Formats: sequence, C-alpha cells, structure tokens
Amino acid sequence: MTEGMGSMDRRQMLKALGAAGVVGALGARRAWAADKLVIGVIYVGPRDDYGYNQAQAQAAAAIKKMPGVTVVEQEKVPETTDVQKTMGSMIEQDGATLLFPTSFGYFDPHILKMAEKYPKVRFAHCGGLWTEGKHPKNAGSYFGYIDECQYLNGVVAGHASKSKKLGFIAAKPIPQVLRNINAFTLGARAVDPKITTTLIFTGDWSLPVKEAEAANSLIDQGVDVVTCHVDSPKVIVETAERRGIYVCGYHADQATLAPKGYLTGAEWNWLTPYTMHVKDAQAGKPLVNFLRGGLKEGFVKPSAYGKAVGEGARKKADAVKAQMLKGDFVIFKGPIKDNTSKTVIDQGVAQKQTDVVLEQMGYLVEGVIGKV
Amino acid sequence: MKAAETLAIPVGALLAAMALFGLFVAVLGHNPLEVYALIYRGAFASAFSWQNTLARAAPLVLTALCVALPAQAGLMVIGGEGALVLGGLTAALVGHSLASATPLAAQLAMAAAAMLAGAAWIALAGALRHWRGVNETISSLLLTYIAIAIFNHLVEGPLKDPASLNKPSTTPLPEALMIGKLFGLDVHWGLGFGVIACLLLYVLVSHTTWGFALRIVGGNVRAARLAGLPVGALVLLACAIGGAAAGLAGMVEVAAVHGSANASLIAGYGYGGILIAFIARQNPLAILPVSVLVGGLAASGGMLQRRLDLPDATVLVFQGLAFVSILASEALYGRLRVFQPRAQAEPAA
Amino acid sequence: MTGLGWWGVPLAVLAGAVRVSTPFLFVSLGECITEKSGRINLGLEGTLVMGAMVGYAASYGTGNPWVGVLAAGAAGFALGLLHGMLCTLPRVNDIAVGIGLMLFGTGLAFFLGKAYVQPKAPMLPGIPLGFWSDAQAVRAALQVNPLFLLGLALAVALAWAFRTTRWGLVVRMVGDSSDAARAMGYGVGTVRTLATACGGLLAGVGGSFLSLYYPGSWSEGLSSGQGLMAVALVIFAGWNPIRCFWAALLFGGAGALGPALQSVGVTWGYYLFNAAPYVVTLGIMIATCSPRRTLTGAPAELSITR
Repeated sequence: MTEGMGSMDRRQMLKALGAAGVVGALGARRAWAADKLVIGVIYVGPRDDYGYNQAQAQAAAAIKKMPGVTVVEQEKVPETTDVQKTMGSMIEQDGATLLFPTSFGYFDPHILKMAEKYPKVRFAHCGGLWTEGKHPKNAGSYFGYIDECQYLNGVVAGHASKSKKLGFIAAKPIPQVLRNINAFTLGARAVDPKITTTLIFTGDWSLPVKEAEAANSLIDQGVDVVTCHVDSPKVIVETAERRGIYVCGYHADQATLAPKGYLTGAEWNWLTPYTMHVKDAQAGKPLVNFLRGGLKEGFVKPSAYGKAVGEGARKKADAVKAQMLKGDFVIFKGPIKDNTSKTVIDQGVAQKQTDVVLEQMGYLVEGVIGKV
Repeated sequence: MKAAETLAIPVGALLAAMALFGLFVAVLGHNPLEVYALIYRGAFASAFSWQNTLARAAPLVLTALCVALPAQAGLMVIGGEGALVLGGLTAALVGHSLASATPLAAQLAMAAAAMLAGAAWIALAGALRHWRGVNETISSLLLTYIAIAIFNHLVEGPLKDPASLNKPSTTPLPEALMIGKLFGLDVHWGLGFGVIACLLLYVLVSHTTWGFALRIVGGNVRAARLAGLPVGALVLLACAIGGAAAGLAGMVEVAAVHGSANASLIAGYGYGGILIAFIARQNPLAILPVSVLVGGLAASGGMLQRRLDLPDATVLVFQGLAFVSILASEALYGRLRVFQPRAQAEPAA
Repeated sequence: MTGLGWWGVPLAVLAGAVRVSTPFLFVSLGECITEKSGRINLGLEGTLVMGAMVGYAASYGTGNPWVGVLAAGAAGFALGLLHGMLCTLPRVNDIAVGIGLMLFGTGLAFFLGKAYVQPKAPMLPGIPLGFWSDAQAVRAALQVNPLFLLGLALAVALAWAFRTTRWGLVVRMVGDSSDAARAMGYGVGTVRTLATACGGLLAGVGGSFLSLYYPGSWSEGLSSGQGLMAVALVIFAGWNPIRCFWAALLFGGAGALGPALQSVGVTWGYYLFNAAPYVVTLGIMIATCSPRRTLTGAPAELSITR
C-alpha cells in the first residue's frame, strides 16, 4: 500500500512530536539542578490519612514555603529495603542533604545503614531512640511527648463521661502506645478514680474495618468516650459520632469529622522540630541527635475544645496545661500500680518526661481493662 | 517461528500496555513521554538506578517461582506471601538457636529450615487440591492470611525479643550470620540465589523426564493418569519446590536485610511474584528479565511520586494493565498469520 | 448506662454479623450469578474496592448516597464486562484474568481515589429496627442498613429466578453444559459476559456499602480480602443464593468475634481470632469438597471443578 506524500508528513510530524516530548522531559531535569537545600520527606502511608502521616505532611507543606528550600516527598514507602532505596534515590537523584524519614520502623537497620553510607547527609528520624556511641552522628531522632496531650484528653474525657467507662483502640502494644493509654487513663482518674478504660488492640496500624468493629464493641459495652492510637483515627472518630458518643482525637485535628462529639485532641506540631532541623542545616550547624519536646517546647498541642466540653472541664484542663507549659507537671509520679496490682512506680518517685525509662514502658496502669 | 512468536507476542502486549498507560496518563494531564523518560531514569539510567532495580527484583524472582512451578502441574497457586513469611520466621528461629555454630553451617541450616517451612505450606494447598479437590487458588490465599496471622501472633507474643519494644521482632541474628552483598554491587546475595534457582528449575522443567512428566500433568491430568504417572507425588513436589523458593526468599529477607523476623517481612513480595510469573508465562527463564522489568517499574515509582506528584498507585495501574494485556494476548498465539509457517501448496482444485 | 458484660459478646457477634455481612452478601450473590454461568471471577476484590471509591466519590459529588450506590454498581458492571469480554477470547484463563483485574481495579481505585480520602461524603441512612428496646446496645445492633434488606430480597429473588424463570434456566444451562446451550442457539460467550457483568454490578454495590455505611469512609485499607472470601463463600453455599445469605452472616459474625471478645477482656491471641473467618472458610471448603464427586451443585463448566 502506498501512502505517498501523506506518510512522509505524518512521519515528520511524529518525529517532531517525539523530539519535543524528549526535550520537554530533559528540560524538566535541567530545571531540577538548583542550588537550594533539598529536603526529602518519606511517609509510610498516604499523606492525607487524617492521622499520623498527615500531621507530618502538614509540617512538610509549611517547610516548603521557607526560602531556599526544595522539598521532595514520597509516600507509602514500606519499612523494608524500599526505604533504603528511596533514601538513596533522594540523595543520588534529587540531591537531598536532609532527610525526614517519618516512620518508626525506618530506623533500624535502614537509616543506620544509609547514614553510614552517606556521612554528609543528615537523617532526622521520627520516633527512634538515637543512642550516643552506638549510632552514627549524622543520624538523629526527634519525637514529641504527646502523652501530655493524651493526659489532657483524659481529663476532659473524665469530666464528659457519664458511664465512667472510657475506651481506647490501639494498634500494637509498643511502649509509645502504652504510654498514651496510661496517660489518658491517669488523666481521667485524676478527675474520678472510679473511671476505667477498656482497651482493644486491632493488631496493625491501619485496619479500618477492625477499628470500626472495635469502636462498636466498646460502645455496646457502655463506653461513652473513646480515643485511639492508630495511624488514621478517621474511621473511629466518624463511628463514634454516628453512634452519638464523645471522642478525643489523635495525631491531627479531626473536629470537622465529629462536630457534636469531638471533645479535644492530641495533635503533633511537627513544624517545630522540622524548622529546627532545617535552620540548623542551612546554617551548617551539626545535627541535633536527640530531640524531644512536649507542650512546653511546642512539639505537641491540644486541639481546641469542642462544643460539648463544659466549663468545669475546660478550667481543670487549662490548669493542668498551664502547669505543663511551665514544666512543673509530672504525669508518671509514684505511687502507680499496674492493672495486675503490681507497683510499677514507687511512692515519691517522679519520672519526668525526659526520663528514658518511660520510652520502654511495658505495663498498663490500674484502671485499664486489657492486657499487654 | 514459534520462538519468535513466544517472544513477539508478550513484548507486543507490553508495548500495548505501555501505550494504554500513556493514554491514561495523558488524559490526566501529564505528558506521557515525560512519564516514560522518568520511568527509564528511575529504573535503568544510572548505576544507582540499576542497583535499585535489581534489589527490588531479587525477592520477586524467588516468589515468582512459587507460582511458576505449581503452574507447570496445572495448579494456580498464589500463596507465596504466606510461604515467605513462615520461611523468614523459621530462618530467624533456627539462626538464633544456632548462633554459636560456624556461620556457613548456620546459614545453610537457616536456608534449609526456611525452604522446608515454605514447602510444607504450599504443599498443603497442593495436597488439599489433589486429595480433597479444594481449589488451590482460594486455599493458598486463605493459607496466606492464616500464615500472616500465625506469624504476627508468634512474633508479638511467645517469640518476641523483650528488647524489641517499639518494633516487635524475634531475637536479632548475630552479625556473622548475615548474608552479604554480591561482589561489588549494592545488592544482596538473594539475587544470586534467585538466578541460580531459575536456571536450575528451567533445566529441571524443560530438559528432564521429571519436568516432562510434570508438564503432562499440567496439560492433561487424565492422560497423565492413564500413562501411569504418579500425579499426586508430582503435584506435591511441584508445590513443595515452589514453596521452598518463597521460603528461601523469606530467609534472605531476614538474613540479608532485617536481621530478625518482624512485621516488615509482610511486604507484598508474594503478590508481586504472581504478576511476574504470569507475565513470564510461567517460564522460569523468562522470570529473570520480567523481574528486572517489574523491579525497574517499582523502582521508578518513587521518581514519579517525587517529580510529578503522581500517587504511588500509578505503578499499580501500569502493572495491572501489563498483566491484563499479557493475558489477553494469549488469544493471539497461533492466530497471527505472520508467524504461521509458509502455506502448503494448494491442493489441486 | 451500664455495659452488657458477657451478653455483649453474642450481641456484638450478631450486630457484627449484620453489619459486616452486607458486602459479603452482595459480592457472593454476584459471584453466584457469574459462577452459575460457568465463569469464576476472582477480580471481585478489585471491583469491590473500585465500587467503594466510585460510590464515595459520587455521593460526595452529588450529595446523595443512593446516587453513589448506583454509580458504584455501574463501575462494577464495567469491570465485570471487561472480565467477561477478556475471558471470551480463546485460551484466556478466567482465574488469571481475575487476578489481573484485581490488581488493576485496586490500583485504579487507589489512584483515582486519592482526592477523596479527606472529604466527607453523605452516608446511607440506617433503619432502626431495634426501636422496641431500651438498651442502647440492642438498638444499635439492630440498626439495619437498607442494603442489607435489599440483599436479602435479592437472594430470595435470585433463588426464585434460577429455579423458575427462563433467564435463570439459560444461565444454568450455559454453566452446566455449554454444548447444550449452543445447540439451543444461545450465545455462550454473551450469556457468560452478561452474567459476569451483573456479578460485577452487585460487587460494586457491596463495595459502596463499605464506604457509604460501614466503616463509612474511603481509605486504602478498606478491604482485607473480602472479595476473595466471598468467592469461597459461594462454594461453601453450594451456589444457592439463600445459603449465600446465611453464609454471609456467618462470615460477618466470625469477623466481629475478635474485637467483641477483646471488649470483654479476652485479650489473648487477637491475631488468631481475627483470622477466624479465613480458618472457617478453609475448614468449610475442606469439608465440603471432594475430588470424586465434583462439588455437588457445581456448574459443570466451572474451570475450578475440572
């Protein structure tokens, strides 16, 4: 079949289009090689999960606006060699010199391996336990004492609850989670020592159907305030609202999801540590290896009080908050017994927030119905 | 001509999938050529990207064998994830208990234990199929969910290392027992095991009597029985070998990457293997290039996310298109005139 | 308002059974139609997720959750149609196509659904069948969703249709003996494709239940193999729509057992309890299958029984 002049034109046009496309792609590459500080942020889940990852993404979005800064983000990176490759890609292909790998499981062995391989790059990990002498100097961990806000959650919940039964839906029984459960319960029992917290573990960080089931079971058991420690509290908050009970949020602000039942919440304010690390990197100062902070340092913040929070509750919570802001309040102060009646903190012992022993918590305080 | 056909049709199907994907991306407002260029850059353009690709391909080669081997016997097993997970757990346990033995002996024991665990699990699906008629696709999938539940229960409960508070794991392996990297590359020996396994199994399936018997069972069970072949034994063995491959992948993940068995082992490698086995049309040799291709695709997903702000599900869409395209192209075998032998002389009218 | 103590467990299982069973019900009824015609569609997991996403997006876009349900059904129909058409090509294996479409459907749903994780879409209403009780828990347990009732009605209708109507007979004939159907002049491929498409439609509706009622939000972890379990469910139910209904309730209850036990303090081995539905499914399959008498009631043309 002959096509004559038509086919020549077509071929030329296709060639031109092809060339234009390739040039377009190359052009994109050239524009990348800028001389800004390139920051890489890595999320273990989706950025818009109304929970853990979203809190990190909000900080990343704010950082983007800082002058002289370029941010590359990658989400849904599992805690396997994938994250090593992702970090490597950001360093080699994007020229990143400051990385924020935000999931706990990235630290050992992935960040440690990468930190040794790229000594000039800073690795600011969220949640890990960086130890002097054991871990490389260009890696560091930052975290917030969100249990302070969970304590405030507990205080407000204790005032709001009529059945004196609170509920906590948690993913896995690791120390950070147990610390939150205990702080919540201690806060509530400071209002009324007869309050109990019923605990359900779903088994993993993000299981919407199990979380909804857990919420419904708790409510069937008479619980009227619920909170949680899962990656995305969205389902739990919405289920609580639908069944007409109160809920305290976690990770980020979920007030819009529960206009009637949202009491308050424990939120991260990752912008504080992010900004510190970025400024240090821009100024060439060494990486701060062990960064922790609570309400006082601006690492965490409570959500605004919802409509359902009464005057008495607000006053009590604000009073505790004021003490925490001054650094005077100790949540884990003896005597504290666990829920098997064993004494875990003796009379007169006060474990301040920075006490490393708290990061290895393995018990549930009295008043929690459940087992580790 | 048949060889050209078996090569051209899958390649054509992949190109068609690429074109469809380009269309998909274009409809969403991105320049398809830019996307292709980024995929190439992320997967094959530099030494770093190549290592990224190969590292991702390594576990997939072994889990793909878990699908390809039973497929030779006509079984469609998709339980590689469960076999991998149990293999990894067994390897971690054995390694821990043999911590004081010579490293090589301990590593061999770990590999053997992992392979046995994986083999047993998949052979169970095969046995259920052969002796109870239970569909192996569904049973192997259910067994995967059950395996993961058992794994989680043990790792977070009785077998948990008390020191591993924030990330429940089994007791870490001593450094001496860890598997190292291939010479010069930033890829661990798992890739080497995978390549060796593929070559061995290719020879086994295509060039031995046993492999021939297996393929007869896969082609026509009744004929196999009539010929007196031990169908049950063949089916079980094929499943066992496939499961052993996946179990080995689990052992490599534990011994080369994590150092202990924990939830990060459940990373979807089993499911990735299914995709590769089908695109490679269950041929152990073809699994190697296809793994590199799929590994490259997964490796480039990061670039697409970071540069074009495309969600990571983009790569899933491409993989799904490729899979469906390859399956649809099955219909073309023997149909395309260009591949048919020259026509015989026309019989006299 | 006191809790129910140990009574809470059976009540929670019952309530969970009603809640969690609805997607199982729809997917299994859809798969029932498909398998009666001689095809097996493993891609229903992807169809389920796609239906959930489309339903949520449509409900958000139009403000009406029922439009969401319809849209989800349409999306499911399209995916089912794709499966049917692909399988009509010669030498194409329907199990493999199912796995491929599962991947594709899930990937596409996650990709397009990115924009809908944040917004809140209007939900389907519930019907308070427990209004006679004072106990809040009983009332909540009997808060039945209209889709559940629709599913029940559908199960009855399908059972009747397979037995009595001409359409039901055609589907069954195509599934039991494609030669006989061809001899009667029915296009085997067409019937199977349509049956698969209808199966997809129901699976899409089942998916919309997940995002528009329970758990009632769109996110990427919404389904945990329910589409695939529903396929096993059909085998367990012996391809009988009414038994599919009871089987779906059983599975829903098994899924609710874990959290229910934890809420009364039984905390050991929650992973194992959460695996209960899968163990039940496997056990039932082992008990009811046999290589000699191919599954009684199975459509003879079904590839998994050969």
